[in-house]
Amino acid sequence: MQSKYDVLVIGGGPGGAMAGKAVAEAGLSCCIVEKRPAIGAPVRCAEGVGNEISELVDLDPKWISSKIEGAQLIAPDGQVLELNPEMAGNEVGYVLDRKIFDRDLVWKAANAGCDVFVKSRASGAIIKDGKVCGATIEHGGETFDVYADVVIAADGVESKFARWCGINTTVPMAEIETCVQYLMTNIDIDPGLNAFYLGREVAPEGYIWIFSKGDRTANVGIGISGKMCKDGKRPKDYLDAFIAEHLPNGKIIELIVGGVSACKPLECTVADGLIIVGDAARLSDPITGGGIINAMYTGKLAGEVAAESIAAGDCSKKTLIKYDTEWRNSKMGKALKRNYQVKEIFIKLKDEKLNSIVSSVNKLDMEIFDTKYLIRELVKYNPWLLKDIGTLKRLLD
Amino acid sequence: MLVIKREVCGYCGACVSVCPKGALELVDAYLTVDPDTCTECGICSGICPLGALEVKNAE
Repeated sequence: MQSKYDVLVIGGGPGGAMAGKAVAEAGLSCCIVEKRPAIGAPVRCAEGVGNEISELVDLDPKWISSKIEGAQLIAPDGQVLELNPEMAGNEVGYVLDRKIFDRDLVWKAANAGCDVFVKSRASGAIIKDGKVCGATIEHGGETFDVYADVVIAADGVESKFARWCGINTTVPMAEIETCVQYLMTNIDIDPGLNAFYLGREVAPEGYIWIFSKGDRTANVGIGISGKMCKDGKRPKDYLDAFIAEHLPNGKIIELIVGGVSACKPLECTVADGLIIVGDAARLSDPITGGGIINAMYTGKLAGEVAAESIAAGDCSKKTLIKYDTEWRNSKMGKALKRNYQVKEIFIKLKDEKLNSIVSSVNKLDMEIFDTKYLIRELVKYNPWLLKDIGTLKRLLD
Repeated sequence: MLVIKREVCGYCGACVSVCPKGALELVDAYLTVDPDTCTECGICSGICPLGALEVKNAE
């Protein structure tokens, strides 16, 4: 490990890997430090991504557990809303094998020239005159000070690096989805469909997912709001009850737990000498909880902006702010903003209202799937929606 | 005091992201709490997916 790099990346997930690759491809020295002993393990993810992943990286078939052609939304009363590829949007794509995918992304960064150190934990930030200059790294029983012109914090939802740099990264309790997931086999599923079970009884302020991992195998998980979580009503309790009812013959071969932020992104994702990407910047989607693509996109952008700033000889917040501005103005940034507001409306819906919405959507002519038609018909069957419809319409337009 | 039930904890770090004081940390995949920083507010135990954290009266 050198004592000085152009860019130091904290975290070897998809965000960190894309950042490291972008920096190395720009011809600069770069180092990724990952606290775990292996990249990609343990997995803390439902592993679903939309088709737009291919805009960021050439898909390798070995990363893919299942190709997803559609989705099912299951209302609290059991009504099923089938979403075909045109309607399902982000829900159509792939269920990845993160253990292989994450390793390959880091391999790409390493192949581009980036140094990688596993079982290497950042334990503090080096800050001089208010500028982030590097990190203290614990590796192999020794402690090193590693300096860099730019540090990219890609340390995920449990991020501490940005906090050490004076940025409040705390997720409000009501806005963290607390999650449990089993990898299950011996279950009857359609391998081309992902299923989402909605409702307060099933998963308060969240949902249960069944993401296909191939024939008779799936990630079966739940996320509920932190504020709904209490003794006897923890995510595992809801999930076990669901499995007993719906998948009683399934075998659990893996248990994963974790948190997903469903809050607004950090107010600013750069500081002098620092860029924050992916889940560490609270960039997971507030509705779906999906964060892989957002991490990859912001990681790549962070690497590019860091390289440009170093070339220009100025790594101050004023220069790095280009990163913050660019992702906020991107399709991803706009979707995050809209989806946060949509989430705020939908988490307040009672189960009867969800049933009513799914029921009325099932009555629609799916050949005419435009927003105005959708809203007009939804209001016809659910006049109570008028209260929220102004906001909804503005968000959907 | 904040007690970590190590036999229950899944070491996911969800609690780390909600601790307003930054008192929790995953060190080598083990959850640690800094007792001097922890205010025993209970937010972490509230969101733990497995119920591995508990604020116990020091008595």
